[in-house]
Amino acid sequence: MDEAVEHLGRHGDEAKVLAGGQSLVPMLNFRLARPAMLVDVNRIAGLDGVTEKNGALSVGALVRQRQLERAIGGRFPLLAAGLRLIGHTAIRVRGTVAGSIAHADPAAELPALLVCVGGIVVARSPRGERMIAAADFFVGPLMTALADDELVVETRWPLLPVAGWGLHEVARRHGDFALVGAAALVTLANGNVEAVSVAIFGCGATPVNATAAARALEGRPPTPAAIAEAAQAAAATLEPHDDLHATADYRRRVARTLTARALTDAVSRASGAVATS
Amino acid sequence: MNGRTVRLSVNRRSYERTVEPRTTLADFLRDDLDLTGTHVGCEHGVCGACTVLLDDQPVRSCLLFAVQLDGASITTVEGLADGERLHPIQEAFREHHGLQCGFCTPGLLLTAKALLQEHPAPSDGEIREAIAGNLCRCTGYHFIVAAIRAAGERRA
Repeated sequence: MDEAVEHLGRHGDEAKVLAGGQSLVPMLNFRLARPAMLVDVNRIAGLDGVTEKNGALSVGALVRQRQLERAIGGRFPLLAAGLRLIGHTAIRVRGTVAGSIAHADPAAELPALLVCVGGIVVARSPRGERMIAAADFFVGPLMTALADDELVVETRWPLLPVAGWGLHEVARRHGDFALVGAAALVTLANGNVEAVSVAIFGCGATPVNATAAARALEGRPPTPAAIAEAAQAAAATLEPHDDLHATADYRRRVARTLTARALTDAVSRASGAVATS
Repeated sequence: MNGRTVRLSVNRRSYERTVEPRTTLADFLRDDLDLTGTHVGCEHGVCGACTVLLDDQPVRSCLLFAVQLDGASITTVEGLADGERLHPIQEAFREHHGLQCGFCTPGLLLTAKALLQEHPAPSDGEIREAIAGNLCRCTGYHFIVAAIRAAGERRA
């Protein structure tokens, strides 16, 4: 690990970390990325564990998406549902959880889920280790708060046992990146919404923490009208882009619909006996 | 050439070769080992034609570098048949017309093998989800699904 971090420091932005390679290698094959140095971290020991500590799931940087899918079973259904939407089995067998986070594709599921649950990225550099909150980690399309010589060594996913969850996305084909997606967590208390977290992906430069939805819904009963209002508030703050597949207006409309659906599912799961996130 | 030595097992046979770090597993199999059954389609992980098994799990050989695989065990389409005798999955593809041009077939066979290893009797839904990452442009998928279903029934 020290050697990997040292190489990253020495080569600066000429070096790229190679973990699962499911995003980086396509970019290399197309010559979209031409790094002088690849630092293959796959044989670094001790980074492939999934453990539960201090109320959070700690996922080592080399944990494959498929491996996490199998490891968490029903205990973290929001994350499990998101993992199933990534690519195809052959992609998840190799692709790592931390790699998807560090790649920071604004249409990818895992960055949005990390934002939704309020997770943490642990990064190592020659200066030591530091923790970066998901909210501060994603700074632009494929851009993160990591310095050139920092390596993600772990991601932490708070277990939120009393929250209900919802996750919806629209993609052109099964396994494609989402055109738009929305993840929601809801906690209820005495019939009112106590806490809400919504993350929307595919609708901006980074996954969007839709705080407007939370403000619109917290402290109120989760009626269909209140949910529609929250979804509308969230969609109004988005700055989606036009591309070949969809216009910005279409994306905003889909985001509103998917946010409402994700919130509705989350409320209904939160009302169930022992809902789990 | 900035070569590195790798030792790996392909279809239960050991190989030791010197490769450039930039050589993908797909190119290594085809050019260095003459195992041209692994097909290269899109070269960015979408089409599934280059799918092989790495330690029994399906992976895209176009997205791996050969130098990463020291000590690994790879299965390609050439490793399926037992001499002249087709593997039961290959037999099922033949019987059910699960191929026309054959370009996608190696990747589909190995994807099917990994699926049947984990789910010996998959539903049609599970089969369709499993092969969603393998593009076929001529057969039309129905026969492929039927072939995989039949292969599962034969093994069960």
